[in-house]
Amino acid sequence: MADGTAPNAGVAAAEAAFRAAQQRKLWRRRLLPLAGVAAFLLSWAFLVEVLQVPPFVAPSPTAVIATLIAKFDMLMRNLAVTAMEALAGFALGNLAAIAIATVFVHKKSAEEAFFPVVVLINTVPVVAKAPILVLLLGNGMEPKIAIAALICFFPTLVNMVRGLESVNPQAMELMRVLSASPREIFFKLRVQNSLPYLFSALKIAASTAVIGAIVGEWIGSTVGIGALIIQATYNFDTALLYATVVVGSCFSVLFFFAISLLERMVVRWQAPVVA
Amino acid sequence: MNAQTIAPAVACRALSVRFVTERRTVTALENVSFDIPKGAFLSLLGPSGCGKSTLLRVVADLVNASEGACDVLGGTPEQARRERKLGFVFQDAALLPWRTAIQNVELPLEVGGGIKRGSSPTPRELLRLVGLEGWENSFPHELSGGMRQRVSIARALLGSPQILLMDEPFGALDEITRDRLNEELLRIWQETKTTILFVTHSIYEAAFLGQKVLVLAANPGRVREMVDIDLPATRDLAIRDSAEFVRIAAHLRALLGSC
Repeated sequence: MADGTAPNAGVAAAEAAFRAAQQRKLWRRRLLPLAGVAAFLLSWAFLVEVLQVPPFVAPSPTAVIATLIAKFDMLMRNLAVTAMEALAGFALGNLAAIAIATVFVHKKSAEEAFFPVVVLINTVPVVAKAPILVLLLGNGMEPKIAIAALICFFPTLVNMVRGLESVNPQAMELMRVLSASPREIFFKLRVQNSLPYLFSALKIAASTAVIGAIVGEWIGSTVGIGALIIQATYNFDTALLYATVVVGSCFSVLFFFAISLLERMVVRWQAPVVA
Repeated sequence: MNAQTIAPAVACRALSVRFVTERRTVTALENVSFDIPKGAFLSLLGPSGCGKSTLLRVVADLVNASEGACDVLGGTPEQARRERKLGFVFQDAALLPWRTAIQNVELPLEVGGGIKRGSSPTPRELLRLVGLEGWENSFPHELSGGMRQRVSIARALLGSPQILLMDEPFGALDEITRDRLNEELLRIWQETKTTILFVTHSIYEAAFLGQKVLVLAANPGRVREMVDIDLPATRDLAIRDSAEFVRIAAHLRALLGSC
């Protein structure tokens, strides 16, 4: 017979091995993306160097980093404008979508009447909406906010309607057995049910709102990331162009992660997988 | 019957339910009549499509009768529902995933009005009754299927309903869990003295739990026979090996076979 400590020693060894494997996995998840980015930057620098790409066609990564540092204040000033437009548009578009989804769920006839209109507006591409809104709203921040809002609106509306409506039918029957009022059904059941759907739409909207603001700035604007992109392109200042793109992307990514963080704080139950 | 007969908890008279769809009209129940005395445990047994779930939903005022009537506690199903005299346990527990176990049990306090906060038994006491002491703050996804169904039974018992309607509550559970919950349900029934209508498609479950078994036939759903189960009120699982139980089960199976 084996001695009494053997099984415990076996368990301890297995646990240690498991922890070591977990640790290795954790490091891999941290290091591999970094290695990928480093490889990308290195091959970019290498190609620009070897192929003798002229600076007005594409900059080397070192030139981009140098511009990022040298023109940091100017880039941030322009980002502040774009960020404000994107955030205002995000808030406006999503609030409107949530409000209209609430109306649609309570008044089926409203949904049937107005949903086709919403779909129609959504089929107009952003680059076509932009000049229309600039003509309507002038040259200030308003048309950019409007474009960012419009671009957020549709995915949130569709997801929110789905989230409010796709309630477990047995939970609906339960509410009826409990004689719950429509108001109670909305706040106790539908709103919570819609939250995972809402957040998956908000995560999409976080990046598209920034795109909307930038596209808006392409038409008749002197400040903002979009205006800077246009100016840098016309001046063949590729280092500034790339630096501007990097700043815009970083902001989008930060916005996305902020929404993800909020989601993790709000949706703490195991939610169904939402496409 | 004499004058002292207590009014039945549920009395159905020539009840028919039809569902009209574009393709065809389904007769879920046809000419169903039966009585259930107060405090009784009735099992509803039948093949799928025999309308046993529909019958439960008529009593709960979730489905309207097409013809005939169903008296619940001397009034209409709607009155019984509005006065919060009914508890319903669904097949998939129907817990709200964003609420903890105790918050799920508290839901009936927050909607519909009618149940006073602080009335006895409290949500905490009910969770203890169903054997979930210490799990109050767990979310549904942290509980097993059997535990989720216990929470849903506790929720249905809040406000001390006079009738508990159970729609195949243990249908999705494994046999060992189901056996244990069957025994506990009998204990809860005896402690709470609630009238229970229990839908199942298991012959053994129907016979083990019920004082009476209403056997239904399918297409259209109709009463095959009301069978009295002559077993002692206090039962344990071993009773299923007794000659009497085997005889009853054989009788029920014969009834189902000739549907």
